[in-house]
Amino acid sequence: MTSVTPNPTSADKAQATIDAHSQEFLVFSLGDEEYAVDILKVQEIRGYENVTRIANAPAFIKGVTNLRGVIVPIVDLRIKFNLENVEYGGQTVVIVVNVADRIVGIVVDGVSDVMTLTPEQIKPAPEFGVTLSSDYLSGLGSLEDRMLVLVDIDKLLTSEEMALVDSTAAK
Amino acid sequence: MDISDFYETFFEEAEELLGDMERHLLDLDVDDPDPEQLNAIFRAAHSIKGGAGTFGFLVLQETTHILENLLDHTRRGELSLRRDIVDTFLEAKDMLHDQLDAYRNGAEPDPEAFERICRTLKQLALDELGKSMGSDPPSAASAGAADKASPEPPAPAPRDDDTADAQGGDQAPSGAGSDKGGEGGDPRLQVALLKVGEKDRQLLVEELGQLGEVVAQSGDEQRYVVEMTTTVGRDDIEAVMCFIIEPEQLEITPLGESAPSAGNEPGAGAPARAEPQEAPAAAPVEPARAPSAAPAAREDKGGKTRAAPKGNKAKGGSESSSIRVPVDKVDQIINLVGELIITQAMLDQTASEIDGVTHSALHNGLNLLKRNARDLQESVMSIRMMPMDYVFSRFPRLVRDLAAKLDKEIELVTEGKSTELDKSLIERIIDPLTHLVRNSLDHGIESPEAREAAGKPRTGQLTLSAQHQGGNILIEVIDDGAGLSRERILAKAHSNGLNVSDTMSDDEVWQLIFAPGFSTAEQVSDVSGRGVGMDVVKRNIQSMGGHVEIMSRPGEGTTTRIVLPLTLAILDGMSIKVGEEVFILPLGAVLESLQPSREDLYSMAGDDLLLKVRDEYLPVIALHQVLDVAEARTEITECIVVIVQGEGRRYALVVDDLIGQQQVVVKNLETNYRKVPGISAATILGDGSVALILDIVDLHRLSRRKSNPRAAVTTSSIQEVHPS
Repeated sequence: MTSVTPNPTSADKAQATIDAHSQEFLVFSLGDEEYAVDILKVQEIRGYENVTRIANAPAFIKGVTNLRGVIVPIVDLRIKFNLENVEYGGQTVVIVVNVADRIVGIVVDGVSDVMTLTPEQIKPAPEFGVTLSSDYLSGLGSLEDRMLVLVDIDKLLTSEEMALVDSTAAK
Repeated sequence: MDISDFYETFFEEAEELLGDMERHLLDLDVDDPDPEQLNAIFRAAHSIKGGAGTFGFLVLQETTHILENLLDHTRRGELSLRRDIVDTFLEAKDMLHDQLDAYRNGAEPDPEAFERICRTLKQLALDELGKSMGSDPPSAASAGAADKASPEPPAPAPRDDDTADAQGGDQAPSGAGSDKGGEGGDPRLQVALLKVGEKDRQLLVEELGQLGEVVAQSGDEQRYVVEMTTTVGRDDIEAVMCFIIEPEQLEITPLGESAPSAGNEPGAGAPARAEPQEAPAAAPVEPARAPSAAPAAREDKGGKTRAAPKGNKAKGGSESSSIRVPVDKVDQIINLVGELIITQAMLDQTASEIDGVTHSALHNGLNLLKRNARDLQESVMSIRMMPMDYVFSRFPRLVRDLAAKLDKEIELVTEGKSTELDKSLIERIIDPLTHLVRNSLDHGIESPEAREAAGKPRTGQLTLSAQHQGGNILIEVIDDGAGLSRERILAKAHSNGLNVSDTMSDDEVWQLIFAPGFSTAEQVSDVSGRGVGMDVVKRNIQSMGGHVEIMSRPGEGTTTRIVLPLTLAILDGMSIKVGEEVFILPLGAVLESLQPSREDLYSMAGDDLLLKVRDEYLPVIALHQVLDVAEARTEITECIVVIVQGEGRRYALVVDDLIGQQQVVVKNLETNYRKVPGISAATILGDGSVALILDIVDLHRLSRRKSNPRAAVTTSSIQEVHPS
């Protein structure tokens, strides 16, 4: 298990800009890129271990693991997003999210912090993207010199191309 | 609060009572009826009538009323039982059941059926009792007098005499009390309702109208006084009222003998007034107890006090000792206990690496934990278990009816009623078992004449038995009939275009009758013979993870054996290893395992690989190839093949190693993921990792879709075989 220790400076910043409409996001890294998901979707964060492979599944579905007695599929977003250098080490982290009444684990390179974004800081996602369709983004978070890709994890994980859900996966 | 809240309780209660009634009717020795049984039957009818009256199910009340009258005569020895009378009673019981179902679905029962059964029963009463009743003057007064002697007080509708019955038959029973206005002699009671809201009060007054005749009513919500004449004792009134209000809210004072007076329509005079509803707050606790307590308590009017408290006690006992719990709650507990077992196994594994001498306390503690956890698991699993009696108890009636229809004499024997089986399975076994029993009765057991000719007793015996064997339950349907005819089955199979040979083993021939559309019955009867039964039976049982076996000897009978796992939540599995991955094979599908030798491997059409096992050629499916396992052994002669069987297909599954046999807790993969081809479910191993449970049938399908298995094993071994 890996615990999240929010970076103190960003936490201070978040505190300063907090208002009623701001949203909290969990920021994670895939390679050099920074992504974020709505923190309310996140159930827990744990290490990558003991994943049982599932035959004949797409490469980004790493398999299933035992989360306290519940069988949970593990998706590697790095493979899904065509990133190079997919490695599994001590820093590899699984974010367990709760979407559409399902529990899914997503493998990421690391979790950095929890940030609060005000509506002004969230820019609409541009209409492009071949690997990651803008349909699966809820926007781009702009934070001084950083850009966070805000992933709409609900839409992404229930999408047909993720093949996680039976109805959409049916050929 | 609404009285309809209690409907469900009543329906369940009534269903149980009808079940009791049927059981007793079937058990009844017509020539020498056991008075206790007659009483029990009467009580059941009576209790249903009471409940039906309370809830205003008039048709049901009326039907039970007529039935109850007849039963009462029977009980008192005025009506001597015959088989056909029992049949009529059973028919009436069925009718009551239909009516109950109709009410349950919010509909009114079929009035024609009601009329018919009433006519039948009344006719029966007339035919059988005509003489003895003839001496009884059919006046209302005598009916009232008879009333006091008869122990059936709640509905004061005319009874004990057929003329009155015929009049009262079509009348709304709630009003029936009023036509007794002329009767004197009933004790008069003053019933005071304290702090009862108007809505409840109306119900209560109506209720009192059912119990006797409401003479006067007045008062306000603080104290509402109802004067009534009734044959019912105050205890009984209290018991009925407790449906709705607390005993403290009720005051019953006897007023002495009533003078004949004009009856008010019950409830009609209740003044309309709005008031706060504080009374029913505590009432909802009551319904579980009340429906049984009330009818039973009403019993002890007319001298049958002995029977009534007994029934009351028995009911009370069973109610307090069981609770209704939604199945998903139980499943959740089972899941959690499964987790506990896995955690315990993990601890055990870790602790085994710790020095046992210096940490003996830890080891002792862990051993204790292990034992407790297993005990806990066993008890929790037993919550879902139900006795087979639940299934078997519906067969006496079926057998009786069918035997009569087929003109056969059949004795039903049940063994192992207390054998327990998972609830989800027990509900699904009923239909297949019914098919098998019907088949045995229709095709298996011969007519009494044929049996005598064959030197067998006239009465055929059908045995239903259940027993545990390891992790399985064996349910057998045994008949001592003619047995299966090998020749006829084979001939039929030929004409059906099935691929059969005369040299097939008996077992294989018997399995043919499970083929779709297969029936050797010379005549299609409405009992069986359409050939749709047996394949459905087999499919149903296979879907439950079980299988069917048939043993038959000509002239001696047939035994059909259903083998089922005890539960679907736990599976007996064989863990196998392919590469670095562990899979679980359902043990039920495994026939044997062996290490193949090259001489036994043959290739077919250049692509398929076959393994010869004792004169049988089995297709070879390499698991690592179907499931894309890396680093698996590819030299087939170094592997192990497991011969598996699923849906009648046998094949050889190539795996690397067998690890062992173990019970696994079945976990659904589809909860968070989706159906995976070739995999039926998942489980968690002792080390906390997930292992997939293979689906033998689906795996076969999957392998056909994928490329040929020949590429999976090194071709060298095959090419050497090929020239042969």
